[in-house]
Amino acid sequence: MTPEPSGAAQPGSAADVIKAIPLRRPGRWIAAFVILVLVVLFIYGAATNANFQWSTYRSYLFDRRITKGVWATLQLTFLAMALGVVLGVALAVMRLSANPVLKSVAWAYLWVFRGTPVYVQLVFWGLFSSIYPHLSLGIPFAHQFAHFDIQSLQAFFFFAALGLGLNEAAYMAEIVRAGISSVGEGQSEAATALGMSWPLTMRRVVLPQAMRVIIPPTGNELISMLKTTSLVIAVPFTGDLYSQARQISGANFRPVPLLMVASTWYLAITSVLMVGQYFLEKHYAKGSSRTMTARQLRVLAKAIGNPDRGGDGA
Amino acid sequence: MNQPASGSGPNGTPMISMNNVQKHFGALHVLKDIQFEVPAGQVVVVLGPSGSGKSTLCRVINRLEPIDSGEIRVDGKILPVEGKGLAMLRADVGMVFQSFNLFAHKSVLDNVALGPVKVRKMNKNAANDLAVGLLERVGIAEQKDKLPAQLSGGQQQRVAIARALAMKPKVMLFDEPTSALDPEMVQEVLDVMTSLAKEGMTMLCVTHEMGFARHAASRVVFMSDGEIVEDSTPDAFFKSPKSNRAKDFLSKILTH
Repeated sequence: MTPEPSGAAQPGSAADVIKAIPLRRPGRWIAAFVILVLVVLFIYGAATNANFQWSTYRSYLFDRRITKGVWATLQLTFLAMALGVVLGVALAVMRLSANPVLKSVAWAYLWVFRGTPVYVQLVFWGLFSSIYPHLSLGIPFAHQFAHFDIQSLQAFFFFAALGLGLNEAAYMAEIVRAGISSVGEGQSEAATALGMSWPLTMRRVVLPQAMRVIIPPTGNELISMLKTTSLVIAVPFTGDLYSQARQISGANFRPVPLLMVASTWYLAITSVLMVGQYFLEKHYAKGSSRTMTARQLRVLAKAIGNPDRGGDGA
Repeated sequence: MNQPASGSGPNGTPMISMNNVQKHFGALHVLKDIQFEVPAGQVVVVLGPSGSGKSTLCRVINRLEPIDSGEIRVDGKILPVEGKGLAMLRADVGMVFQSFNLFAHKSVLDNVALGPVKVRKMNKNAANDLAVGLLERVGIAEQKDKLPAQLSGGQQQRVAIARALAMKPKVMLFDEPTSALDPEMVQEVLDVMTSLAKEGMTMLCVTHEMGFARHAASRVVFMSDGEIVEDSTPDAFFKSPKSNRAKDFLSKILTH
């Protein structure tokens, strides 16, 4: 199993020992030094620059209005993302279906929602009540709107989430479609041959494998969505983190520390999401690599002594 | 052309019967008026040059490919066009593919147990016991916790056979099961197939393994250009093929 060490590398024969000198990389050291100096200067400058108003930053970081804004931003992000994923999966299946009507409807949806800026779409949703003032008549799910005050804060929140979600669906549809297409035809064929129905095949065989391709870009979309919520002022919904920070700075005329407060929160949430994404990706990468996990190696070590263990490529 | 040459099944209804089956791929006529029966317990090997329609013959039996016209019966029941009936019939017909098609995200054990649990509604523990038993039978029980990508081709194909057997099929279809394997792994798969044949499993094998055809088959069907050209015992086929197409095929295969 273990290769015999060759004579030249044998310890003891001092004459043959090779003194390995790592390749010198002076460029890296110089670059690191320059950057370190710049970072120290920036931090020193920022800490001592009175214009950053750190005391204001500290007093507003956990301000009630700010934390409420954080909560609204989180709600918007997850609602819009949930709508985007559900509708995106539906659109992806439509685009992959053999039905030409479904196919072209999905294509047209993607064309419109990817082809116009999300900011413009949000303004449109804000004007929804002026475009369709008599919503309650003849619309299938009109009862949802019936006791709906179109001028209320809830209405704007609803339209903000709807606008972001519908836009996101167009992008999610393409991500899901790529994921489903990445799973080999043989997988669904084998499931079908076992007598599994189409929904069962999708759920148990195709989608779990498509997830490996779907998860990383979806994580990006989620992080991107978190920041896109700062555009909901277009609706106009003003309960989100960025709007709250703007409103406070509009009153106290201190925009810089409040922008720092908002940025701190966006960064903190993004960091948490990145951790979650890392574990999700690890989970769904199963089966795509030949490398064995620690648990599998233990099981294999136990099985050694069994005569038929050759040829496993481990 | 339609007489089974030897080892006909014990009961009257054939396990597989095909009547006037026609199939086109676009302009290509891949199955030309196929008339064909496999009695229960028989091992039928389908030979033929590539493009002769032998894989398609295999795949229409559980309707992975739909046919244009004609009639296919499995165990006397006519093949449903779609829906639950078709799924139930597919569950009774085991299939082994050239490229294994093991579920890449599931362990070897879960690959074998998935069908019994999800399709046969067997309870999880019973299905796992069944799966371990089958994996022992094909000689890879100790690999049960690995993922398919961590096995050699021969091992993967043996798992695929175990997966098909877990459904307790009435008949097994093999679509070139050894064509994607390295030469040294062919034998381990053929050994499993030979032992299955000896146990009386009804089998339809599309293959290029002439040794297997000679020793394990009860019948050899030779296809060319979408037609069944010869249907005889392995002995008769290899020693004295009747048609020129079969002679030509054999001369190409057996000269080296």
